[in-house]
Amino acid sequence: MKRTYFSTFVLALSLLFLYVPIVLVIVYGFIPNGVSMSFFGAKGEFLGFSTKWYSMIFSNARAVKDLMQSFWLSLTIGGLATVISCVIGTTAALALHRWKSRLQTVHHALVYTPLIMPDILIGISLLMLFVACGVDCGFWTILIAHVTFCVSYVAMTVLARLQDFDDRIIEAAYDLGASPLYAFFKVELPILMPGIIAGGLLAFTLSIDDVVITSFVNGAGTNTFPTYVSSMVKHSRNLPAVFALSTLMLLGTGLLVTLSKLIGGVDFKKGK
Amino acid sequence: MSDTALKPFRSKWHERFVTAPSFLWLLLFFAIPAVIVLSFTFHGHTANGGVGEWSLSTWRELVDPDYPVIVWRTIRVSLEVTFWSILLALPSAYAIAKLPKKWRAIVAGSIMLPFWTSFVVRVFAWKQMLHPNGWLQSCYMGFLYAKTWLVCWFTGSPGMPDISTVTILDSELAVVLVSVYSFLPFAIMPIYTAAEKFDFSLIEAARDLGASSFYAFRKIFIPGIKTGISSAILMVFIPAIGSYVIPQMLGGTNCVLIGNKIFMRAIQNRNIPHAAALATLMAISVLVPMLIAWWAQKKGKKQ
Repeated sequence: MKRTYFSTFVLALSLLFLYVPIVLVIVYGFIPNGVSMSFFGAKGEFLGFSTKWYSMIFSNARAVKDLMQSFWLSLTIGGLATVISCVIGTTAALALHRWKSRLQTVHHALVYTPLIMPDILIGISLLMLFVACGVDCGFWTILIAHVTFCVSYVAMTVLARLQDFDDRIIEAAYDLGASPLYAFFKVELPILMPGIIAGGLLAFTLSIDDVVITSFVNGAGTNTFPTYVSSMVKHSRNLPAVFALSTLMLLGTGLLVTLSKLIGGVDFKKGK
Repeated sequence: MSDTALKPFRSKWHERFVTAPSFLWLLLFFAIPAVIVLSFTFHGHTANGGVGEWSLSTWRELVDPDYPVIVWRTIRVSLEVTFWSILLALPSAYAIAKLPKKWRAIVAGSIMLPFWTSFVVRVFAWKQMLHPNGWLQSCYMGFLYAKTWLVCWFTGSPGMPDISTVTILDSELAVVLVSVYSFLPFAIMPIYTAAEKFDFSLIEAARDLGASSFYAFRKIFIPGIKTGISSAILMVFIPAIGSYVIPQMLGGTNCVLIGNKIFMRAIQNRNIPHAAALATLMAISVLVPMLIAWWAQKKGKKQ
């Protein structure tokens, strides 16, 4: 345990580096003046902390209507993309685990490659698909794009869980007279559930956080929370509302993570 | 293991049925679009934003003197970001792995905590921090004045160049700084995972044999966690190459990267073939290091 002073110092520095912006996100949510983005008035006097952005969010005020709309759209798309990608990703993991054929080699390449491609390439290629097919971009194209990049993450998470799976349990179920479907839903799926939930949480965070891919396929006027925020003009007067909403999201995520830790030791990691 | 019991459910049709959803989805929305991108690069574009006839004009346009500059800048910024991330991540991961077991999980988890807030919002917070009236700008100006003064003093040049208009915001420095910030957890995690499995008694043995702590770190620890480091490099370098949001929000016009050009061409100028050609260039610059890493790994296994 000795002579780790230097590395511990660097670790402390890294943590500070990672935490300062988060602390500022929380602090900026209490800024009294949205135009100057400052706690101080023109004469340098302290204006105090303001909770008006929070009341604005909760009263659904007109000024934050678009922001809240984009936030709910993000939640909707995140929820739908999570459910769809959990189903597709789980079947993908099952197929990759169970069979070792040439089809699975191609299948594995298809599932794995999106993980190592920069987001922007997935975004632009989907845009080009929609252009080539003459599809108008909007809600559905965003959903398709989100499912596409989430499937691989869910598949890999469930696959990791399957690696520790004892195939003899299924055999035992068959020997005891279970039908394949019964064995799958009553035996295999419950065992895989923590992996699927972890994959789903990952998919949800990725979907709700994505700005690059969405900004290619959202079309005019449809904005998720991240694309709305990134398109906000430099001196939007309601910027603190964004920070206030983010603080609430931070609390919500913290609550979810604590709950999932308490319930079943689900590992909540974002690995991208 | 009795394969006979599972045989009926391991048939070809069963396999196809289970593989179909993900296979078809990714074929339709990942593989085919990639082919479309490639084919679009061999088309011209029409005035109304469509895709024109077959031609090589798009590739010829890429010879534009702007592009080598942008491609080189993208690679340089990505390399810088990777370098600084790994430099911070190595000692950090080492320090976490050396912590008592109880603390390890907590600190490793806290590395991922920034992801509890939206990425765009964190970049926005940085934008506020780097504001020309902010304290980071003042610190930077102080540093810059000292540096310019020293450079002038050493070179003996009479007048100091005017640096009063230099800002961190809208510069390459801001892009590198915030990129390192965003990718640091992805650099720390794989190195930490490798370091956790590392046998630290090897370092003690080296120290007993007279190695300095830095020498032991360099000659024993780093080779021991090689796979962690190489995956950390890829985890940072690839998203850095594809970076778009950070240069868009913090780089202004001084740090336009390939990602920004792709977006500009695809969405603002509606020159789809041009965007496709740039995307192809980016895919190549990602795949080449991947193949090199893969090849090196294969060669390392043979030896």
